[in-house]
Amino acid sequence: MAIAILIAALAGATLALFFQPRWWFPEAISAHARAYDAHFLVTLCVIGCIFVFAQGLLAWVIFRYRDRGQAVTGSDGNNTLEIAWTSATAVIFLGLALAGQGIWAGVHLEGSDPRALKVEVLAKQFAWSYRYAGADGAFGRVDVKQIDDAGGNSFGIDAKDPKGKDDLTAAVLRVPVGRPVELHLKSRDVIHNFFVRELRLKQDVVPGMTIPLRFTATKTGTYEVPCSELCGLGHHQMRSSLVVMTEEDYAAWLAEAQQKVVLP
Amino acid sequence: MTLFSTDHKVIGKQYIGLALFSVFLGMLLSLVMRFHLVHPDTKVRLFQMLWPEGAPGGQMTPELYLSLMTMHGTIMVFFVLTTAPQSGFGNYFLPLQIGAHDMAFPVLNMLSFWTTALSLGTLLLAFVVEGGAPLSGWTAYPPLSGLGKITGPGQGLGQDLWILSIALFCVASLMGAINIIVTVIELRAPGMGYFDMPLTCWGWFVTALISLFAFAVLLPGGVLLLLDRVAGTSFFIPGGLIVNDQVQGRSGGSPLLFQHLFWFFGHPEVYIAILPGMGVISTVLSVFSGKKVFGYKAMTVAMLAIGGLGFVVWGHHMFISGMSPYSSIAFSVLTMAVGVPSAVKTFNWLATLWGGRLRFTAAMHYALGFVSLFITGGITGLVLGQPGLDIYFHDTYFVVAHFHLIMGVAAVFAIWAALHYWFPKMYGRFLNERLGKIHFFLTFVGVYAVFVPLHFAGFVGNPRRYPDFKEYEFLKSVTGLHMGVTHAAYFLAAVQLIFLFNYFWSKRRGAVAPGNPWGATTREWTDD
Amino acid sequence: MTGHKRLGMWLFVMSDVLTFATLLIVYMALRLGNPDWPRPFTLSPAILFATGMTIVLLASSLTMVWAVAAMEAGDRRGAVRWLVATMAGGLGFIGLHLTEWRHLLETVSPGTIFGSVFFGITGLHMAHVAAGVIYLGVLAVGVGRGKFAAEDVETGGLYWHFVDVVWMFVFPLIYLMAVKP
Ligand code: HEA
Ligand code: HEA
Ligand code: CUA
Ligand SMILES: [Cu+2]
Repeated sequence: MAIAILIAALAGATLALFFQPRWWFPEAISAHARAYDAHFLVTLCVIGCIFVFAQGLLAWVIFRYRDRGQAVTGSDGNNTLEIAWTSATAVIFLGLALAGQGIWAGVHLEGSDPRALKVEVLAKQFAWSYRYAGADGAFGRVDVKQIDDAGGNSFGIDAKDPKGKDDLTAAVLRVPVGRPVELHLKSRDVIHNFFVRELRLKQDVVPGMTIPLRFTATKTGTYEVPCSELCGLGHHQMRSSLVVMTEEDYAAWLAEAQQKVVLP
Repeated sequence: MTLFSTDHKVIGKQYIGLALFSVFLGMLLSLVMRFHLVHPDTKVRLFQMLWPEGAPGGQMTPELYLSLMTMHGTIMVFFVLTTAPQSGFGNYFLPLQIGAHDMAFPVLNMLSFWTTALSLGTLLLAFVVEGGAPLSGWTAYPPLSGLGKITGPGQGLGQDLWILSIALFCVASLMGAINIIVTVIELRAPGMGYFDMPLTCWGWFVTALISLFAFAVLLPGGVLLLLDRVAGTSFFIPGGLIVNDQVQGRSGGSPLLFQHLFWFFGHPEVYIAILPGMGVISTVLSVFSGKKVFGYKAMTVAMLAIGGLGFVVWGHHMFISGMSPYSSIAFSVLTMAVGVPSAVKTFNWLATLWGGRLRFTAAMHYALGFVSLFITGGITGLVLGQPGLDIYFHDTYFVVAHFHLIMGVAAVFAIWAALHYWFPKMYGRFLNERLGKIHFFLTFVGVYAVFVPLHFAGFVGNPRRYPDFKEYEFLKSVTGLHMGVTHAAYFLAAVQLIFLFNYFWSKRRGAVAPGNPWGATTREWTDD
Repeated sequence: MTGHKRLGMWLFVMSDVLTFATLLIVYMALRLGNPDWPRPFTLSPAILFATGMTIVLLASSLTMVWAVAAMEAGDRRGAVRWLVATMAGGLGFIGLHLTEWRHLLETVSPGTIFGSVFFGITGLHMAHVAAGVIYLGVLAVGVGRGKFAAEDVETGGLYWHFVDVVWMFVFPLIYLMAVKP
């Protein structure tokens, strides 16, 4: 009896929490992020209904059949019923699974855009660095032996390769608004994770692999990049930022940064 | 009761004792963690006394937090939820319920318990060795866990001991699984077919089958990781690494390979944790509603389906890992499919109650609480099971909320249900019913209060495995939330003392129980 | 009570099959990920030598069959003799294997991916053989003292044959597929 009320109350409280605005997704800053939010809302409605239905039924059954000395009437099996709810849940669950693949495909199954700005992302315990190809649009060769974090060459860009002469490295990821961006994620030591909440994107960065990640940001601003895969004692401090700039600001920044590039 | 007894009842109690010790240890660790999350800068003398290196001057270091977290997860998953429901209650009641004198291999049974105990000892040793306990999480992903001291504190001897402990645990679980399977196949009473067994026996049987294959894969995974650490091999270590500014000489290995091996075990493991509980819940609901279990056959088929499908969904832990995005789609569909038999079980439980006459004993309370928590915790699996959505939630507190509700507490509620139900058989006395109900109500409110809000930290994007939240602007918005959760956790932990008291007091002083106190029909109560 | 041990051993073998399957899958995955897989074995002496090891191990399976047959016929002395012969085969295999390892270690480092796979997998197999030798030793002593029934020896045989069969996968996959072109 009391337990029926409690189950209903807790389910109600849980549900109520979903209607508060305080702890929710951050603003969506890309078409993908908006599609994500839309599909999430659909999923939330479906599982919300299941939640209310199942908890409600539980509470009601407890209340209705509490011991009042009544005779036991229920049956102990019914194949039609069994088949009905099995297929109903199968349809709902698989329907959700299929409906959700669109946003996944949008992130990972679409080919590379030739116009995309390509940026290499390098993770190491406990910092991020970014490499732009420079004016020639091509990344120079890298060489482990040339790595020099203090000297600003954490990628180990090989000075002897002409393509690398204009390569630009930075500690903050800057991209122009509205332009497709293609990140190439690499790690130098352990597994890290590149996460931008506003883009609804998250990708492990695995040593030994180069993993592409594509997005097009549609709103300028500065967004935090928290490392989201346990990488050691500095995991919680491995912070970086994504700065989405207007085309002009970006061009200005790029020109200025380009001038400072000096390789040994 | 001799220490090295081969009597299944004694061994069952030993396992439950081990789980009881472990769960309180794991709980204390979680309290220290919760404290640190909201007071990261507070100095506590006690911490310095407990961990002189990890908390110099009482100020807890991030590495100490992470090692507590690793040990908390490991202890809870392995030494609580893989021991009590399966090896504890299974050992005690499986033979009784199928009319056997003992397990098929009593000596193996004893060895299996002591190997488990050795494994626990090995794990705890990691706290006191140089460098402290490992901090790579209960999932121990390499290269972090595979390169040794160079990747940071806790990665020396502590990590070796952790792997050794898990390997021993695998061996012990394999022994236990073989024992249970042979017992079910060979020792059923004459005339008892498979489909005459109570659902509890089905739970233990299917769990043993899962264990037989899951631990057989974790074991080589652990051994290879250990080889990478101590023999300089490079199964999981790719070439060209520069760790801590030192170039590493290994080449050719694959970090993702370890994840595949781990989760091939890891997902079935979560069903190992909950299937015995599902069996118990079916029994308790049926006894206290005065009806047979609704759809017995469907219930057994659902268990087999969960067990079988459970082996092909491991990739849902790796959607974001960098494996092929096409395989994510396949794993996603299979994951949602494994939700179907879980839903079938839920419906059948509800239908078991339907039209019954419900007696609200303490055991029944826990069983009903289990159903509620299973729904709440399971349903978020439907969010995580879609790679498109998991791309935001992976490794956030949303996942932490999911698995604590379904595993951390639903499966634990099944332990309480089992304990209240079978205590009279085990000790000839009742657990105090009133204390049981008080404990139930407070715990039930407590777990919702602790774990439901954590979903919302997940919405904000709060990553898990962070020792503190100071570095980030966006995490300022969840300070209040975490503060509330921490206080709820203190409350929840305090409430467990009621249970502890009830357990030890009732063993000696509880009301004496008659032979078949609940009017059950299974053999452990009716045979003499 | 008969049959328990055999069923138990079958279950163990099933799970151990999965263990070795895991190792071989690890091997194949790593091999696919490393196109320039080394091929250090020459037909002679390396492969010839490994074939010799294989023959020794196979022979020990044969003596094991005879041990089981002797036990079934009630000939305990014969069973002990064949068990000891099987152990000798196992020890011979380990001895040859270690010799091979010593030579290979001069050129192949366990830190390379090939070395990891080779020493890791053959090492774990060797550990199984060693465990088997101890197991058979316990059986032999027991049988000699009049303990153990035919089923126990048969169960031991099951394990031994299984370890042999594993080698029949390891040999072609790890040795023959790495022969110098
Ligand atoms: C007992 C343990 C347990 C159980 C039973 C489950 C059950 C499920 N889990 Fe969970 N899970 C864990 C323990 C468990 N999990 C743990 C420990 C982790 C984290 C590991 C780590 O990273 O540390 C995890 C993580 C985890 C992830 C990875 C998240 C990530 O890291 O990104 C995913 C993704 O798919 C997932 C999915 C599911 C699904 C779909 C189920 C399904 O089986 C759930 C099925 C249940 C229901 C669906 C609810 C009941 C149904 C109804 C009430 C139906 C009514 C229906 C209708 C009306 C239609 N789980
Ligand atoms: C069974 C599993 C289980 C249980 C019960 C718990 C219980 C609790 N857990 Fe834990 N937790 C994990 C499994 C579990 N956890 C795992 C696997 C991780 C992941 C680790 C990793 O990331 O590597 C984790 C991680 C984890 C985190 C995330 C850390 C991080 O990412 O930084 C937090 C933080 O709040 C937390 C808190 C708590 C709290 C407050 C409790 C409290 O609820 C504690 C209160 C205790 C109870 C409600 C149960 C009491 C039970 C009994 C008294 C029964 C006794 C009877 C017998 C055994 C017979 N846990
Ligand atoms: Cu880098 Cu976590
Ligand atoms: Cu899973």
